Amino acid sequence: MIEPSDSAEALEFTKLAYEISEKFDTPVLLKMCTRVAHSQSLVETGDRNVPDFPYEKNIGKYVMMPGNAKKRHPIVEERTKKLIEYAENCPLNRVEMGGTEIGIITGSTSYQYVKEVFGDSVSVLKLGMTNPLPNKLIKDFAAKVDKLFVVEELDPIIENHVKALGLTVTGKDLLPVCDEFSQNLIAKAFGKDTAESYALEDVIPNRPPVMCAGCPHRGLFYTLKKNNCTVLGDIGCYTLGAVPPLGAIEMTLCMGASIGAVHGFNKVRGAESENKTVAVIGDSTFMHSGMTGLANVAYNQSNSTIVIVDNSITGMTGHQQNPTTGYNIKGDPAGKIDLEALCRAMGFERVRVVDPYNLDQCDKVLKEELAAAAPSVIISRRPCALLKYVKHNPPLSINRDKCVGCKSCMKIGCPAISMKDGKATIDNTLCVGCNVCSQLCPVSAFEGMVNKEDR
Amino acid sequence: METKNIMIVGVGGQGSLLASKLLGHLLMSQGYDVKVSEVHGMSQRGGSVVTYVRYGDKVFSPVIDKGEADYIVSFEILEAARWLPFLKKDGQIVTNTQQIDPMPVITGAAEYPSDLVKKLKESGAKVDALDCLSLAEEAGSAKAVNIVLLGRLSHYFDLPEEAWMNSLQANVPEKFLEMNKKAFRLGKESGQ
Ligand SMILES: Cc1ncc(C[n+]2csc(CCOP(=O)(O)OP(=O)(O)O)c2C)c(N)n1
Ligand code: SF4
Repeated sequence: MIEPSDSAEALEFTKLAYEISEKFDTPVLLKMCTRVAHSQSLVETGDRNVPDFPYEKNIGKYVMMPGNAKKRHPIVEERTKKLIEYAENCPLNRVEMGGTEIGIITGSTSYQYVKEVFGDSVSVLKLGMTNPLPNKLIKDFAAKVDKLFVVEELDPIIENHVKALGLTVTGKDLLPVCDEFSQNLIAKAFGKDTAESYALEDVIPNRPPVMCAGCPHRGLFYTLKKNNCTVLGDIGCYTLGAVPPLGAIEMTLCMGASIGAVHGFNKVRGAESENKTVAVIGDSTFMHSGMTGLANVAYNQSNSTIVIVDNSITGMTGHQQNPTTGYNIKGDPAGKIDLEALCRAMGFERVRVVDPYNLDQCDKVLKEELAAAAPSVIISRRPCALLKYVKHNPPLSINRDKCVGCKSCMKIGCPAISMKDGKATIDNTLCVGCNVCSQLCPVSAFEGMVNKEDR
Repeated sequence: METKNIMIVGVGGQGSLLASKLLGHLLMSQGYDVKVSEVHGMSQRGGSVVTYVRYGDKVFSPVIDKGEADYIVSFEILEAARWLPFLKKDGQIVTNTQQIDPMPVITGAAEYPSDLVKKLKESGAKVDALDCLSLAEEAGSAKAVNIVLLGRLSHYFDLPEEAWMNSLQANVPEKFLEMNKKAFRLGKESGQ
């Protein structure tokens, strides 16, 4: 396992990873931490080198049935020994001697914070390869410094290894196990001063992310909440259905988990759960890892209701195409998987499609499918409001004379609606005229609506 | 040269990513080592977003910590207030005066603090506040708020205008170039 500490190393280490992989006949993991993944630094570009490796049939090596696997195990052990030798003396691990009072073993982004705080005033053993670890290199480094520290984010992996070598070292006694580090965090831990700054007395309200104005997911979650559903969610923009005022989603774990969860809920809790529990999963997440769960519901027969929120794109990660959109990642035409046909083929007889901008329709279909004595899929279909081809209506406005200030329209948590002097107002730079809010107004105070048929 | 720190803060969707890309390009073209780091994830959708731009002879950490920012470029006034503790003593804030209510304010769970420009100044910070939205609209598009802000920021930098223009050209689509150049100049020439 190798861990770059910035973009330049990510490039350099990736090339090295291929070399190591070929030389030692081993898989290599390139471990990116959050900060390295979300930061950019300068890189030297080079020519792309694509060597031609012929594939050779070798059943004993590539078919891991027990007989073969047992024979491979000693080879793997032998390989690990060679990799430890390599780690002792490879370009991935290096010692930067400075002041010898303090010696710090570190790697990944923590190395950058250590250098930021200490410069050359301490000695550093920078580990670019964190598995297997170089025992001799670590011991030699420890011998050259007065006091040894390990600076690593999250679990004490390097620290435990150093301790197992019989060395005295300080790590998690000083630094937190949770969350990211920064230069100030390390400076403070080592008793150094950090910079002063300015402060305001006011309480600064949080600014959590919200679904965009006109997001197709909003109407669906409003309906789920109104029906008091237990919503088992998944990962995507629609996870924001967990945030107030919608607050509908009660569980999100990992991609695809919603369907397994609804199946489990219903199997264990029976009718009480079947009538109100739903899984909500995005089109992209469904293609990624929802189908196996769906097969489970169909095959092992739970009376579950699954909502696929089909916004015709992978919204959250930056609008990538997916197998339901008919285009590939480059935007070229590609195969298009028909969700309705797929669900029917898996054994679902009840497959319904709703428009999440139409609250009455959503409500009616949801009630029917929860009540039905068979598993069902509801496809909530409308493209993401940010897609270029989506045509928006002109912004709505609210007739202040009619508005009674009941805040019904604010239940959907649209960033374009706020209260000004006791009446609702619409921010016309944000509103895209989706008309979801207007369906909630008891006194028809909304103006500028376009007929449903024209939408 | 000692490492310099610029923080770009705003609300997801306001175009702060383009601003950091352009700054990164500009500083790289001037021969500096540059690191840019973004904290967005889910906050792409209307959440608080922050981007760190660091440059100098050799940059280590990709993030800016409390008390370290030489400049805070803010797309929205509440965000300038949120990140104030990151400003270095004697650092400069360049901020849009626009107010965008966050969801807790919209739902009434929290209140939007009043008179923020005044309070920021009273805290002792150097504040250059301008109505970037109006200037962007004057230039031809409300989306050019980011370029208006960069124009204003350029006022504090000892760099030839040509360098800024080159980076602008390299980072915005051809058909919006003239509009963005106008937004840049409007930002640069307005203010204090
Ligand atoms: C295993 C795994 N891979 C990748 C991701 C990153 N990721 C977050 S949301 C998402 C897809 C969201 O798309 P979709 O389900 O269509 O929902 P939308 O955002 O469009 O509402 C991905 C791939 C992840 N969270 N987990
Ligand atoms: S990007 Fe699209 S799917 Fe995501 S919150 Fe915005 S409108 Fe909804």
